[in-house]
Amino acid sequence: MQKEFLLEWRQKHALGGIMLYLVSTIFICYLSFAGIMSVQTWNALFWIIIAFASLNLVLKSFGDETSGRKLYLYTLASPTAIIFSKILINSLVMVALGLIGFLLFNLFMGNIAGSNLTYWMVLIIGVLGFSSILTMVSAIASQARNNFTLMAILGFPLILPLLLLLIRASLGAIEGASLRSISPDLVVILLLVMISLTLSNILFPYLWKD
Amino acid sequence: MPIKTWNYTWKIFTLILMLYVILGGLLFEVPALPVIHQTIRNIYFHVGMWFSMIFILFVGFLFSLAYLRSFNLKYDRMAYATVKTGLLFGILGIITGMIWAQNTWGTYWVNDPKLNGAAVGIMVYLAYLILRASLDDPEKRARLAAVYKIFAFVIMFVFIMILPRISGSSIHPGVDGNPALATGDLDPIMRKVFFPAILGWILFSYWIYKVVERKDKISQKINQLNADQL
Repeated sequence: MQKEFLLEWRQKHALGGIMLYLVSTIFICYLSFAGIMSVQTWNALFWIIIAFASLNLVLKSFGDETSGRKLYLYTLASPTAIIFSKILINSLVMVALGLIGFLLFNLFMGNIAGSNLTYWMVLIIGVLGFSSILTMVSAIASQARNNFTLMAILGFPLILPLLLLLIRASLGAIEGASLRSISPDLVVILLLVMISLTLSNILFPYLWKD
Repeated sequence: MPIKTWNYTWKIFTLILMLYVILGGLLFEVPALPVIHQTIRNIYFHVGMWFSMIFILFVGFLFSLAYLRSFNLKYDRMAYATVKTGLLFGILGIITGMIWAQNTWGTYWVNDPKLNGAAVGIMVYLAYLILRASLDDPEKRARLAAVYKIFAFVIMFVFIMILPRISGSSIHPGVDGNPALATGDLDPIMRKVFFPAILGWILFSYWIYKVVERKDKISQKINQLNADQL
């Protein structure tokens, strides 16, 4: 667990890379969407950027492991501990990235929801959903060839419905819906987080065998 | 009944059933409903295809579980065959649905929870095929594919169950008073064809699956023999 944090810290250049990726994507959107931005577009664009950023981030959680380190981890810790620590670290980093991205997005693209607490809430829960589903997908994809393409192919259909839910819930938040009125969506997302944690716990040992 | 006879009896039964469904589905009286009119006959085919796809993919889910329990490559081959068969029926279901939609809604595709759910489901299984194609070692391929399939199946199941209910307002039949499966609004004449149709399609899909599975088994054997000769 601690080691995971250390590793992540040691890879801060990679983290910086994703940070920069986020910034430049937002900047590109700022330049290319100038003047044609409605609230709906704003919202949809933001979630698409976050989805791609989490795909990139989660991909490297298994992609960067060398086989030597895998063997070392294998002898050291149980698969459950490994997958959970990976999910945890991905979630934490993703929440941080999501929040920074959100601030930047509000800065560049017009401050639509910057002070909207409900939106912040949706953002955090949504990002948890992304990282918990994608971590498992990354564990699968990392074992195959050309794993970035594979990661996108395997991951997108699984997070797409989540994305739709999030876009809907957050649009509600922008329009001033109370937390209670969008809570069914959030409950479903949390339910999915639970399910994907359970499944990861059951299925990950099978991936970790070699 | 001895096993040998049973092996083809159910196929003959399926054939008769499907023949009945095609003839009855196209010829029997149907209630004249506004907008839908004769296109209501699609219910015998389109709905049957989706039922059989769900059935066959569920069987495949069980095979994947069986593989992870036993690590017997036989189950992997069977799971693979169910996906191919399920995709076949799913794509047929989408095509029949699209033709129907063009005639009743005036467009081939609408942004509707049910349609999107179907499309995403198909995408997941296509991704499964890609995943298999990018792995060479049979053991590893079987393991990863089974893990992905189980993971994806459960998550998709939750989505498809929950999504249309919470996002509401689907214009697809079967939701909010749109006539479809609810037994109350299925005409008695239609029921005479509809229920055999569902059974027929499910049996038919199982039959197709068996054929696909046997074909895979044979080509595996041939590859094995070729490899031995080299």
